[in-house]
Amino acid sequence: MHGIQKRFGATIALAGVDLVVRAGEVHALVGENGAGKSTLMKILSGAYQADAGHMLLDGQPYAPRNPIAGRGSGVGMIYQELSLAADLNVAENILLGMEPRVGPFVRARQMRDTARQALEELDRTDIDPRTIVGRLSIADRQIVEIARAIAVGARVLVLDEPTSSLTRSGVERLFSVVRRLSSERGYSIIYISHFLEEVQALCSRFTVLRDGKTVGSGRVADTPSDRIIAMMVGREMKDLYPRSARRVGEIVLDATNMVSTRKSIVGRLELRRGEVLGIAGLVGAGRTELLRAIFGLDKSRGGVINLRGRTGSASPRLRWHQGAGMVSEDRKTEGLALSLDIASNLTLSRQPFIASPSSLRKMSRRWIERLAVKTRGPAQIIGDLSGGNQQKVAIARLLHHDVEIYLLDEPTRGIDVGSKAQIYQLIDELACSGKAIIMVSSYLPELLGVCDRVAVMSKGRLGPGRPVSEIDEHAIMREATQG
Amino acid sequence: MAPPLEYATPQPPEPAGAVNLRSLFSLLGPFIGLIAVFALFSFLEPQTFPTIDNMVLLLRTTAVVGVAALGMTLIIISGGIDLSVGAQIALSCVTTAWLLVAGVHPVIALAGGVASGAVCGLIIGMTITQIGLLPFIVTLGTFSALRGAAIGIADGRPIYVTGAKWLRSLLDVNSAILGLPPGVWMLLGLSVLVAAVLRYTRFGRHVFAVGSNEQTAILCGIPAGRVKVYVYLIGGALAGLAGVLQFSYVDTGDPTTAGGYELTIIAAVVIGGASLNGGRGSILGTLIGAMIMSMIDNGCTKHGYANWVQQIVTGVIIVAAAALDKLRQRAP
Repeated sequence: MHGIQKRFGATIALAGVDLVVRAGEVHALVGENGAGKSTLMKILSGAYQADAGHMLLDGQPYAPRNPIAGRGSGVGMIYQELSLAADLNVAENILLGMEPRVGPFVRARQMRDTARQALEELDRTDIDPRTIVGRLSIADRQIVEIARAIAVGARVLVLDEPTSSLTRSGVERLFSVVRRLSSERGYSIIYISHFLEEVQALCSRFTVLRDGKTVGSGRVADTPSDRIIAMMVGREMKDLYPRSARRVGEIVLDATNMVSTRKSIVGRLELRRGEVLGIAGLVGAGRTELLRAIFGLDKSRGGVINLRGRTGSASPRLRWHQGAGMVSEDRKTEGLALSLDIASNLTLSRQPFIASPSSLRKMSRRWIERLAVKTRGPAQIIGDLSGGNQQKVAIARLLHHDVEIYLLDEPTRGIDVGSKAQIYQLIDELACSGKAIIMVSSYLPELLGVCDRVAVMSKGRLGPGRPVSEIDEHAIMREATQG
Repeated sequence: MAPPLEYATPQPPEPAGAVNLRSLFSLLGPFIGLIAVFALFSFLEPQTFPTIDNMVLLLRTTAVVGVAALGMTLIIISGGIDLSVGAQIALSCVTTAWLLVAGVHPVIALAGGVASGAVCGLIIGMTITQIGLLPFIVTLGTFSALRGAAIGIADGRPIYVTGAKWLRSLLDVNSAILGLPPGVWMLLGLSVLVAAVLRYTRFGRHVFAVGSNEQTAILCGIPAGRVKVYVYLIGGALAGLAGVLQFSYVDTGDPTTAGGYELTIIAAVVIGGASLNGGRGSILGTLIGAMIMSMIDNGCTKHGYANWVQQIVTGVIIVAAAALDKLRQRAP
């Protein structure tokens, strides 16, 4: 792949990426969240088309118009979220959409044989083609997914964060399958991972993406991991991060070893008035679950959360009453009711018992002006706004409620730079006025620029909150990527 | 201090009334439909269709469906559905008659009919929220169970009632006040009430929020489960009142009455612009939808179309209304 470019509207996702993968090698593709790895792989698979650049596959020009064409040319994708039909058996899944048939009938025996061959190729004959997929472990389902790609005739396999939901032994077995495929069978494998130790254990060469560009590539054996981390994070600091002198007050939130219905989080979190606490970590480390547990969105199964002197079970309703508010990382499915207008969304957590729609609009207008939301007015349907303006409304809800504790999950994800700068400015003003703020973010410069302290999460462990003067991006990445 | 950021100048506020214009626009489709149906039958049957008497008759036949459709509007806006509303009407109809035969005061009988619907709604709401089942499944069950209960109470045959004259003439032209029977006034009064609850109260806005995006509602501290239970409770009570009106209209406690009403009622709400995905709908739209449904019924009868023609026409109009709405959604 050479000089690949891709833009979405005004956002440049890829600004010239080169990726060269040799036959029979395991090639690591690394980079921070949002560096462009997924977009690049979608172009490789045919799900997206590049705006510029060209691709060669086995020396031939390659430009798949859709994923089916990509698959036909021999590119197989294995995504993080598995895409198997849980109620069908292994053989049916492996041959889904290309079942051998006699008239309208499928040849069950032939299907089983083909499936068995694919599993043999992976040296995993212990998986019976007749087993219902829903009964297999996650690790084995992944093997089935790889077998499906092989059965289709793939020569290039893309594994996107394949170990994120695997156990230790599952990872080992996956590695042995991957090694066998590359060295003995000559498959080319693109391995996407955040975990550098996995890269070192498995891959021969690597390519680093940052901000939609290739910033380096080489042999894993010749490159110390610190050097790779430097490539991943080393970017110019051109954003504006205001940080005024803040007066830190009393502790308003003290949480220890939270266990929720979704995740158990080991560690302790303390939050004081007048400070911004950053939570860093990779996707899947448990950062969102941490906020959800604090806010009572996931029921508590253990641990202690003391919020403004109150412990015990919590619900979002109680938290709002206690003066805490949360901004969801997912604006579209959770943060906002997209079919309702701005005024309804903005005032949803706190409305008078009886109020006319026009009085709600009047209340909203103040915050629309304060946050400079670009809109025709508070009666505009929120789904029509741009991402940045939607996010401002989501945050304005907390201002309208006048909360003391702000739980912000990726508050600047997917929004334009101008809106980001305004949100940084707002966070600074809030902290200066004595509010307490937790900010989860995958964007390290923003955490280091906005926060007073940063704690790192890795696989459910929450590290200590360290003052930003004592840490840098390298230290955070090292802590976040250690197994 | 960090250098202050320049905030963009806020855009000038929209002219007052812009919102009302838009909500009026969304009612335009159903309204045009109503006019069209009216014009069509006036053209086909100029002698008998567009008369005062026939219009009053139309309102009388709309009352039962309309009152139940008010509750259905709440349920559909909250993202739910109730397939058993026809059975609830029949149960209430039978309960009212049974109570009258048992000798209670007509006011108690009326309250009993309404209460029977409210209890059904409460059970439906609790089952949906506490066990976490789909409204479609739960009310498919009550669709059958409540019809069975109605037949059981009536012992398999209509209950004939004597006495309690006023309760049996809620939809009679003879008992009209200011030209309209009491039952029609009930429909109009309750419409204003429910519309006001939806528009001006916190509960009403929570109904919209739960239907638009339940996760957002929960994030904002709205007790989504409780809102849904209330919605089904109110919907049931209104179905109960519709049952009392139905008893008054047919003048017997007939356990097989109101068969197929669930489709007419849901169709009225959808024709009125509500979305089966929740979060959208209006009382005025529902009333127009209910009028369209009974106008088709009335007009086809007047023109001498057979019952089966009416059924085909009704079906086509339901799908056409939904398709038009879909097109309107796609256009900016």
